[in-house]
Amino acid sequence: MKIAVTSGKGGTGKTTISLLLAYASENPQYIDCDAEEPNGHLFLKPKIEKRIPYTELVPKINEDICTFCGKCADACAYKALVVMGEPLKKVMFFDELCHSCGACAYVCPVEGALVEVEKQVGEIAIGKAGHIDFVMGQLNIGEASATQLIASLKRDYMDESKTVILDSPPGTSCTVVETIDGVDFVVLVTEPTPFGLSDLKLSVELVRDMGLPFGIIVNKHEDEKHLIEDYAKEENIEILYRLPFSEEFAKMYSKGSLPFEKYKNDFASVLKRIEEKL
Amino acid sequence: MSKELVIISGKGGTGKTTLTSSLAYLMKDKIIVDADADAANMYILMKPKVKYSEKFKGNPKAYIDPDKCTGCDICRKLCRFDAIDITDDGVYVVDEIKCDSCRLCEIACPEKAITMKDVFSGEWYESETEYGLFVHAKLYPGAENSGNLVTMVKHRAHILSEEKGIEYILVDGSPGIGCPVISTISGANFVIIVAEPTPAGLHDLERVKKLCDSFKVKSGVVVNKYDLNEEKTKQIEEFAKKEGIEVLGKIPFDKCVPDAIVNLEIPYAACDRIKNAIEQIYKRAMELL
Repeated sequence: MKIAVTSGKGGTGKTTISLLLAYASENPQYIDCDAEEPNGHLFLKPKIEKRIPYTELVPKINEDICTFCGKCADACAYKALVVMGEPLKKVMFFDELCHSCGACAYVCPVEGALVEVEKQVGEIAIGKAGHIDFVMGQLNIGEASATQLIASLKRDYMDESKTVILDSPPGTSCTVVETIDGVDFVVLVTEPTPFGLSDLKLSVELVRDMGLPFGIIVNKHEDEKHLIEDYAKEENIEILYRLPFSEEFAKMYSKGSLPFEKYKNDFASVLKRIEEKL
Repeated sequence: MSKELVIISGKGGTGKTTLTSSLAYLMKDKIIVDADADAANMYILMKPKVKYSEKFKGNPKAYIDPDKCTGCDICRKLCRFDAIDITDDGVYVVDEIKCDSCRLCEIACPEKAITMKDVFSGEWYESETEYGLFVHAKLYPGAENSGNLVTMVKHRAHILSEEKGIEYILVDGSPGIGCPVISTISGANFVIIVAEPTPAGLHDLERVKKLCDSFKVKSGVVVNKYDLNEEKTKQIEEFAKKEGIEVLGKIPFDKCVPDAIVNLEIPYAACDRIKNAIEQIYKRAMELL
């Protein structure tokens, strides 16, 4: 079973919920797909067994045989290549703009003039935290897009024999789409505030567009705040769990720990509910 | 040229909008920009009256003409974004969400069956609010390109400020270190990084600080909810000292803040406990701007 945990924006408790779900499972794999700011390891404190450089292909130009025809620059939709002809013959490559699409290498007419080489843009860490299998992708600072790193996490490191919990990046853009694409169920984490509701609506729009089954977990729930409850009822969306607001919890979180044992049974039943729904 | 003050954070939920809206309350003669197009929230507190809106074009997406396509499979094999699917009826189609607009399929198609077609990825707005002019945007769910959208809303704000002779631009930025933030901080005169005293908070702060440095933008730190963990707050202060950036202020944890937001009030105006801290941050930021 593959469950993605996402939220319209950060700070709503995605990592908290992902970790509590993973802990409650008997056979879990936790994958931190928030490659811009992975935080799960700060709470799980896993023993990292392997660190694998994550690379993408970027062009390398051999100016000795390059004819400076400019076809590569014309083909590059991201303007990562600039070719200068007479009198100064030069190809400039701006690697932070490159999306590794391969168009430049495809169009280059001179064999060997433009080859693709691997460039490290991030790292994948694999390890164990108690009974939880741990996988994390982390992008180097200044790299523009985590989408392909997330694709690699899912393609190359996901163990489908496990209960896989994918801790998604925040928002509703391309990285989130990549994370939740193809999962069995999406958990949307939200808070009972107008910000929370506004972001939740965007997430709901996205998962509905993608045709994925989903449910809501309310974090920092307070009985008197009905925003999310009313919306869920109106839209006929199930609220899977309500994690109460607690300053105690906030303090524990700020120290890098979570009340795993306390909530184990609750989240085990959440997992069961999800399984029954599928 | 007006001066641009940008508020960002290593991640969302650290209190960026709380601080930005409070600064919007205090600051005179400015245009407010919500550059967090992925999860725009400022509008909730600014209660804008939209005066002008326009759809925003994203990068063009590939389109396969089924009449010309012979199913040679070249495009699907070449696409590194897995954006080309074959339907059950054997028709080649492009998944617009996955398409990265690289055009390789268009270049490689031997039948010229693939063209790039424009799609709208969101809307941007110019609005009036009680606190000044407001430029904001909404990205459609699943759309990419928020970096470009950020650049555009900031550009609009600069045009407006020139036209109207407005001195400052106050930007609520996107969280993280990815493309929208890069667009948010580029061209900024001063960046306030909001951090929380949590292990994640410090970790995220380190990353976003490096990003500011690599773009050579001046920055300062604000610790939000500092009294939740004074030990971590101290670590953040030490980190700031070591990195040679100033801690502009520390905002105490106050349950009044989320309650104010629920009531659609600006935290500064509603919560006495945080007033002092915010005024201090405001003064210092204006000096450094």
